[in-house]
Amino acid sequence: MGSGDLILQYLLSGITKGSIYAIVAIGFNLIFSATGVLNFAQGEFVMLGGMIAVTLSFYVPLPVAITGAVILVALIGCLLEVLFFRRLRRHSIMHMVIITIGLSIVIQEIALHLWDEKVRSLPYFTGKEISSVAVFGATISPQVLWVLGTVAVVFVLLHAFLRYSLQGRAMRACSSNPEAAMLSGINIANLRTLSFGLSAGIGALAGCVISPITMTQYEMGGPLAIKGFAAAILGGLGNPMGAVAGGLLVGVLEAFSVSKLPAAYNDVTAFAVLLLVLFVRPQGLFGSPTGDGVREF
Amino acid sequence: MKKLVLVGLGACLVGMLLCMPTAVAAEKKGEPIKIGAIFSVTGPASFLGAPEEKTAKMLVEKLNKEGGLLGRPVELIIKDSAGSPEKAVSFAKQLIEEEKVLAIIGPSTSGETMQIKNLCEENKMILVSCAAAEVIVNPVAKYVFKTPQKDSQAVTWIFNTMKEKGISKVAMLSSNDGFGSAGKKQVEGMAAAAGIEILCNEVYDKQATDLTDILTKVKGTAGVQAVINWSIVPAQSIVAKNMKQLGLNIPLFQSHGFGNPKYAAAAGEAAEGTLFPAGRLLVVDELADSNPQKKVLAAYKKDYEALYKEDVSTFGGHGYDAVLIVTEAIKKANSTDRDKVRDAIENLKGLVGTAGVFNMTPQDHTGLALDAFEMMTVKGGKITLYKK
Amino acid sequence: MKLRRFIVVLLLLAAMVGVQIFLRATGQEFCLTQLTMALYYALVVIGLGLVMGYAGQVSLGHGGFFAIGGYTTAVLTTRDFSPFKDTAWVGLLKAAHVFVAKEDLFGAQVMVVTPWAAFLAAMALTAVVAVLIGYPALRLKGHYLAMATLGFGLIVYKILLGSTVTGAADGITSVPEWSLFGVLTVSGKTALRVQNYYIACGLVLAVLLLLQNLVHSRVGRALLAIHDRETAANAMGINTASYKLRAFVLSAILAAAAGVFFTHYTGGIGPSEASALKSVRYVALAAAGGMANLWGVAVISTLINYLSLRDWFGSYDNAVFGTMLIVIISIAPEGPLKPLGMAVRRVFFRLRPSGGKPHGAA
Repeated sequence: MGSGDLILQYLLSGITKGSIYAIVAIGFNLIFSATGVLNFAQGEFVMLGGMIAVTLSFYVPLPVAITGAVILVALIGCLLEVLFFRRLRRHSIMHMVIITIGLSIVIQEIALHLWDEKVRSLPYFTGKEISSVAVFGATISPQVLWVLGTVAVVFVLLHAFLRYSLQGRAMRACSSNPEAAMLSGINIANLRTLSFGLSAGIGALAGCVISPITMTQYEMGGPLAIKGFAAAILGGLGNPMGAVAGGLLVGVLEAFSVSKLPAAYNDVTAFAVLLLVLFVRPQGLFGSPTGDGVREF
Repeated sequence: MKKLVLVGLGACLVGMLLCMPTAVAAEKKGEPIKIGAIFSVTGPASFLGAPEEKTAKMLVEKLNKEGGLLGRPVELIIKDSAGSPEKAVSFAKQLIEEEKVLAIIGPSTSGETMQIKNLCEENKMILVSCAAAEVIVNPVAKYVFKTPQKDSQAVTWIFNTMKEKGISKVAMLSSNDGFGSAGKKQVEGMAAAAGIEILCNEVYDKQATDLTDILTKVKGTAGVQAVINWSIVPAQSIVAKNMKQLGLNIPLFQSHGFGNPKYAAAAGEAAEGTLFPAGRLLVVDELADSNPQKKVLAAYKKDYEALYKEDVSTFGGHGYDAVLIVTEAIKKANSTDRDKVRDAIENLKGLVGTAGVFNMTPQDHTGLALDAFEMMTVKGGKITLYKK
Repeated sequence: MKLRRFIVVLLLLAAMVGVQIFLRATGQEFCLTQLTMALYYALVVIGLGLVMGYAGQVSLGHGGFFAIGGYTTAVLTTRDFSPFKDTAWVGLLKAAHVFVAKEDLFGAQVMVVTPWAAFLAAMALTAVVAVLIGYPALRLKGHYLAMATLGFGLIVYKILLGSTVTGAADGITSVPEWSLFGVLTVSGKTALRVQNYYIACGLVLAVLLLLQNLVHSRVGRALLAIHDRETAANAMGINTASYKLRAFVLSAILAAAAGVFFTHYTGGIGPSEASALKSVRYVALAAAGGMANLWGVAVISTLINYLSLRDWFGSYDNAVFGTMLIVIISIAPEGPLKPLGMAVRRVFFRLRPSGGKPHGAA
């Protein structure tokens, strides 16, 4: 295998990881821009999506199981917002962030006792464990194409929703100035519920498409949330385009760091870069310091 | 109203604190024999602790139904350490000082075991660990034993198989948990003597989502003839899958952590041909009836799977052996005097457990010979004995 | 107000002694082991309370500082430096009583760093790291510290897991005991249990007093002003970044000190101390205690960690923490102690109508 092929293979491997981080980061950003809350339970939506889909897939065909899981988790997301955040609007953002941490722990524990500690996974959507697609001499699992496709579709739909639909525009208004949005008759509370539901649904979808690659276990949410979070910050919080770019960047960075450094310090590289970006360019690589969707947190 | 609830809550907490159970140590007839257990039932090592806990509970229940030990019931006090060493220390002290148990079984991980090894030795408390690392019993501590086969034995099996296949240059991958680092240490230490050269030695995160980058590095390293992977799920399945996806068609050797039929299923076709050493529990159906372990293994498998409706794993087997060793020693010593029981454990000979046949000596606190392992492979999605 | 503070200290001291006497009287002195451990953890949470309650910042990396403290002392006091015996720097340090030669468990001659020197090294290292993290993060407005510390904690965790010097996943064991001033020894030995309980108590009380003085001084008022209205505080000429940084570094040092004591007490440390979950638990406890209410933070965190270490919650340990976090923040963001105290006072004054109206909270 030539060095050019190797570089390409590292790149593809980075994209595999990066696409996973990106789809988690999109959900992160959605809630952040609508409510200003950093939702540390985002990884748990991913885990729940995978778990529920695996369970449902014993009874119904795969597409139905995935749809069911997405809808269920979206409803759970809405429910959580209504139960915990709607009443707390007077609380500071710090309090709400702490609550999401609590929720993440509790959801994880519920999943542990509802299912168990075992690792599950959905079947590969196309092909199987050993199939791969050749790209100029390097190879990639077809499931990664599914993940990338899902990221693209979610991104386009979300973009269209935020740009053209009434609800989406209201959400953006709410994001850039909640008081003004309220004054012009937008029901902020409902929008927040919607943003939680949407983001939970996206998370669940992510949990389903990545399940064949990463497998699903009750404690997978934490590390994913943290990586997604890093991706979101790198790309600029509240910026959906940035989330995708940030996610891919973190993934590729990790992959190439493996080629030079011991893999044990893989994550260290990723987080060190994150800290650097935080300190040097806190608005993220793709965020403008005063632009739309950037808010204090 | 809200405040009243809080007042009540506070009062309850204080009340709970005050009425802690008082431990009264009395050696009366009919008093239960107390055995403590520390398992990581939850947390990152729950894949070990959960089946161990279930197995230990099942065995003790069965024992009590059959009339207990020495005419006394056995009480198993299980503590869930969730894989944290500080909890293991706290719970070990509780079991030693308050519950005054006869022996402690567990912890599930070698990190926790090492944290309490000295503690047990100082307090002359019998510890039968369910963790595999060699350092637990080497150097030998008088009161510390362990049930799983040694990592070094697993490595010996792997190296022997490699020699038969003419492999001498390998890539070593391991996860950054206790299991992975213990295996890595053994492979590194024994490679030179076995004439094996490690060309690529990488550690990855135990919760890694994808390992194609590391395997790309392996692929880019010239001359690698086989991959050794030392980890547990999900990483061990991910390695198998990623190797096939990358078209890296060299033999994959896994550790004895591959000890659950589910894992073979999880990696699907990618697991085909994977080679790994493991206890015979996984291939009990293939064993000849003359095999001394056959009866024990078949009974354990049947009972466990009937009770818990899940596949039996070699990890649960470690819990089985720990309970077995302690109870057999109590029977043999015909006493609940801790030192007598300890001596009895040290002199257990020919005890058939799930991991193998235990022959303890004062120098060897594991008691398992190299033949406790068999080399296995995956064929048609099922784990079977590897035949040359 | 001075008198009130004095009374609170006395009450706490009385409670600490009372608990010990009660436990001895009922033959349950073994509970002191877990109480001691919980008190050391409380030290971390008190420091975090300072950062959250006064500087208005969240740190998601205090587990990392605890681990830096614990691991520094564990590595230095267990690692054999005798191969470097003849190099100049070791000779110099040996003359300064940094190194001590002794026999290990298996009779081999080793040379290790003394616990006091290790302690000082841990403090210095922590201060440097805390400044490096805090300085850039606290210049920025908003909760950048939370993100920076989250990243920092993970970096520490992964380095500990990946390095053989720190024992990788198994951590470090056989950390020697620490003789403080000749008479006092930090050690997990059963014979020294009562003594160690009082060492931990003394440490927590001293830190509480120190912080109490701090928050009632100019620094504390500045911090409170920052917490309430940062812009206004800035306009008043308070150097907000510098004050926040000082609070953060102080709390990091407290966490590391707790790590040092804890490691000598339990005789070992594992990487799970640096995990994100651990850091989150500290945040949960600080929130549960009412953040700015340092006494409340100390009491609540000791109590809950004590119950957790005694296996009260079994396999539901994390679930209990998560639930507590959610419930307390949703219904009593100021912490349960304040409303609890108010309620008690109200009941008290209702019983004694001549007592007049309850006066305001502290």
